[in-house]
Amino acid sequence: MTGLLGALLPAVPLVAGLLGLLLPPAPRHPTTRAAGGDRARRAAVALGVTGAAGALALAVALLVTVDRPRETSTTWVDLGGLTVTLGVRLDGAAALVAVAVAAVALAVQVYSIGYLRRGPHDDVDVDHRYPPYAAQISLFTAAMLLVVVAGDLVMLLVGWEVMGLCSYLLIAHDRRLPGAPAAAMKAFLVTRVGDVGFLLGIALLGVSAGSFRIADVLAHDHSGATLTAAGLLLLAGVAGKSAQFPLHTWLPDAMAGPTPISALIHAATMVAAGVYAVTRLYPLFTAAPVTLTVLGVIGSITLLLGALAATAQDDIKRVLAWSTVSQLGYMTGALAVGSPSAALFHLLTHAAFKALLFLAAGAVIHAVGSTLMSEMGGLRRSMPVTFWCTVVGLGALAGVPPLAGFWSKDGVLTVAEAAAREGAGPVPSWVGWMVWLAGLAGVAITAWYAGRLLLRAFFGDARLPLVRPHDPPAVLRWPVLLLAVPAALLGLAGFLGAFADRLRFATVPVAGSEDGLVHLGPGLLLPLALLLVGAGLVLLRWRRDRAADPAAALGPLRPVFARAFRLDDVQHALVVRPVRALARATRTGDEVVVDGAVEGSGRAASGLGAGLAALHRAALPRAAAGVLAGALLIGLAAALIGGIR
Amino acid sequence: MSFGQVLLVAVLALPTLGAVAVVATPRDRAARLVGTVAAALTLLAAVPLVFGDRSWFAWSAGAPAVRPWHELDLPWVPGLDLRFHLGVDGISWPLVVLTALLTLLCCAYTLWRVPAGGSGRALVALLLVVEVGILGTFLALDLVLFFLFFEVVLLPMYAIIAGWGGAERRRAARKFALYTLFGSVLLLVGVYVVVAAAGTADVVALTGGGGLSRGTQLAAFTLLALAFAVKSPLWPLHSWLPDAHTQAPTVGSVVLAGVLLKMGTYGLIRVAVGVAPEGARWAAPVLGVLAVAAILVGSLVCLAQDEVKRLIAYSSVGHMGFVLLGVATLTATGIQAALIGNIAHGVITGLLFFLAGAVKDRTGTGSLSELSGLRETAPRLAGLLAFAAIASLGLPGLAGFWGEAFAVIAAIQVGGPLWTTLGVLAAIGGALTAAYFLRLLRRVTHGRPNPAVGRVGPGLAGAELGAWAPLVLLALAIGLVPALVLGVAEAPVDALVGVVSP
Repeated sequence: MTGLLGALLPAVPLVAGLLGLLLPPAPRHPTTRAAGGDRARRAAVALGVTGAAGALALAVALLVTVDRPRETSTTWVDLGGLTVTLGVRLDGAAALVAVAVAAVALAVQVYSIGYLRRGPHDDVDVDHRYPPYAAQISLFTAAMLLVVVAGDLVMLLVGWEVMGLCSYLLIAHDRRLPGAPAAAMKAFLVTRVGDVGFLLGIALLGVSAGSFRIADVLAHDHSGATLTAAGLLLLAGVAGKSAQFPLHTWLPDAMAGPTPISALIHAATMVAAGVYAVTRLYPLFTAAPVTLTVLGVIGSITLLLGALAATAQDDIKRVLAWSTVSQLGYMTGALAVGSPSAALFHLLTHAAFKALLFLAAGAVIHAVGSTLMSEMGGLRRSMPVTFWCTVVGLGALAGVPPLAGFWSKDGVLTVAEAAAREGAGPVPSWVGWMVWLAGLAGVAITAWYAGRLLLRAFFGDARLPLVRPHDPPAVLRWPVLLLAVPAALLGLAGFLGAFADRLRFATVPVAGSEDGLVHLGPGLLLPLALLLVGAGLVLLRWRRDRAADPAAALGPLRPVFARAFRLDDVQHALVVRPVRALARATRTGDEVVVDGAVEGSGRAASGLGAGLAALHRAALPRAAAGVLAGALLIGLAAALIGGIR
Repeated sequence: MSFGQVLLVAVLALPTLGAVAVVATPRDRAARLVGTVAAALTLLAAVPLVFGDRSWFAWSAGAPAVRPWHELDLPWVPGLDLRFHLGVDGISWPLVVLTALLTLLCCAYTLWRVPAGGSGRALVALLLVVEVGILGTFLALDLVLFFLFFEVVLLPMYAIIAGWGGAERRRAARKFALYTLFGSVLLLVGVYVVVAAAGTADVVALTGGGGLSRGTQLAAFTLLALAFAVKSPLWPLHSWLPDAHTQAPTVGSVVLAGVLLKMGTYGLIRVAVGVAPEGARWAAPVLGVLAVAAILVGSLVCLAQDEVKRLIAYSSVGHMGFVLLGVATLTATGIQAALIGNIAHGVITGLLFFLAGAVKDRTGTGSLSELSGLRETAPRLAGLLAFAAIASLGLPGLAGFWGEAFAVIAAIQVGGPLWTTLGVLAAIGGALTAAYFLRLLRRVTHGRPNPAVGRVGPGLAGAELGAWAPLVLLALAIGLVPALVLGVAEAPVDALVGVVSP
């Protein structure tokens, strides 16, 4: 029964997605709202919402029924002794993540109905092509749910890469943005580069264990070198999907996609997949601590990089995007210091508040018609619902008690502190120090940029007086309102034994401080103090000049942060341009040298033939002399050979 | 004659008779219809070949390494001890069905549109003759017969390119014919070396080395592998392919990429590796290095390519590199990966050439700089192109994934510094493959439509949908159920690997 629920979980949105792809993609006459187009749109809405709602119902049912780890499997294909299986591997953590994925997907499907409607201000040729859009969201959901339940590494890889594809398709959806296709391509390619490592890691583990089933791979006694190599290779894929330094560059650009898609990518799918995959294979990583050390270093860098970059963005979506990068750093940091349950707890709360923040930001963008904070301001009075929801979301992001992010971030900081000061956990204590200090600094910086966003967008005076913003219609409002509930309260669930038990891994040896998800004690005071410092600094700056951007306080660092330490340029100079130059050189080489040799030998042959033909066109005297000379030679040869015999 | 033997004969006789009937039918459209019916009957005869005696599933020592499901062994030229020996097993059957299917789709497509250059009747007749040659190559279990069928393909294909091709068709056709003829000479010499040394041309008896000395095996493998490398094609013997593909008419490109190249890889597995296993073991590292070079060079050239059909042609070089890497590992995993990679490439690249042909027909250009915004004017065509490109770049869950991923995994499985490096480089080639297909999609489908694309209508003809839908479904089906191909191939591959690497 449980196994069936697990198998149906990705199947339901998959079917909805595949059916949706068969609908006509656009009205036949783009200038008139043809009835056929509207019918297709309604069918697409129904399919998308049904798929997500069905997945949510299944996920909740699974959460209720799964009491202990379950596993089903059947052979998919056998390639020369390497078995690939089809099966699900279910536990409490998988069920919780599945609920988060399905809930966010449902919110996004509903929200999109209102968000991708032709507005009165749109130009005539805007046509959102809703059916493929909704179908791709369903496929995206299915792929993420496949990653969540997969009991086999190859199955996991299928979901993993289909997600990359769906993000590509959805980011490129908006045809009015010239940057969208490039951003989509970047998202797919950067994650695909990471996936080279992921595939090789899976290959090493599968070849070593003789099977790709996760249970077999975990049970097999791998050699130390294999584990280290495979772990590091897998981390490359994780870094690509979960936007860890240095493969984080795609995530901010992915903001070119429609805002609901940003919510989907940032909250529950795609970026969550990397962290989740590490928790799935966690025993492999603890058995090779070098990999966790590397993960800790990467996570700390990502945490600070994202937070600092978020301070200087003017685009509201880019602030949120960089905050995602930073929060992912907390999750990977928690994994590095030995606490997958703290990482998953933060993943869940982050899913709630980040989905909330993006959908609320979408409402703002919908009302103002711009994504730039320098064109917003004073929205507090005109959009009260959106304002309060954003307050909840930003409070949870910054870690204001008792909102969700406070408890989960505190959980991460507690295990990091234990790893730093007591040497608990699988990694050396310097990694613990690194994660802990980066996390503490991150608290202050997060409070600063969250405060800046709130002040710039919702307080002060309106900067575009012509726009009359208002709270969004019900179809946009309700998803936002409902997401505010877990964003506020999910952290308290950490006190529930049933919730904490589901996040804990019976099979995984855990660090010493793993006695509970939430920790009440004097350790809470330090992050709180840092939170107040960050929020206080931005407030002070804003009170001095309400019209100015608090980011001016960054001084000469502002452009550096705004461009995220110019890592895009580094990537361009170190990877993109050399590959392009190499491609051009290879093409020239292939055409001139390899094909040149072929064409050259062809020309040489016909040239030689022409020369010989010319030689044969001789006048009678020379021809006669030639014939006689030939006869003489043959006679001589015959005489010589005969003579030798 | 058993039912299976009747089917074996029918698979070759139906297209032959069909070609004759097409030529004999006076009216052009009726002739094309006759040809399509013949191709359909061939497919109907090819599919049931899978049913039959599988008693050899039970492995027993001393049994030959090639155990066909159905076999037909008749004396042909008794004086020269030549036999008309046909057979089908799990290695050849998927290729036989793919050939029959693609020929049928091409004939049906020709019903709707005949490319400029000649009569549709002649084109269909030539397609059927090519089909006879390819099917015969896959079915022959006698080396001399194999060689004969291998050669039957050459001239009709030359005529298709030279008769119905693009602007530079004659030059491209000549290059194709001369280059592959050069390969055929090597094949002839190789076959002669083997037959002269072993005293028999029977593939069943020869598989496993059949008492050939080491020196003979090395010489035979070198000659045969070179011959098949030209056909496959393996870098650096590939340069006939881009020109031929670019100039050939759509149906020519589909058959060329879809199944003609497979004669090379099939020959490599069945003949070169099977007959000279010691030579294969000796040459495997070289083959592996060249295969990986093909992957990297093919994808890098694609990244700098600016003509759609040429790009897809070069992508074939990269994809066949994965197939050859799988063969070069000489493991069961690798050879199975090669088999499914072969089929997947035939399906997906066939589809890609159909779609590229449709784009070129509609816009009148294949230059990437003159195409953009296809998704605005023809969303379905753009969507199908995206599907084919994504299948071709090896997205897991679609057909292309299994061959490429498991060629890499097989290389890792062999282990050692050389093969691990090759596996890593091949995986990087996979990322490059994604890069050039995304570049293709970005240029062709995204952005504002330019004038050439602006006048394209959104509709697709019924014949187009009919020709493409089976390929789309197969790409999905093989991706989800790889056992469709590998289920039948498992036992023969194990038997082959059993004699190749004891």
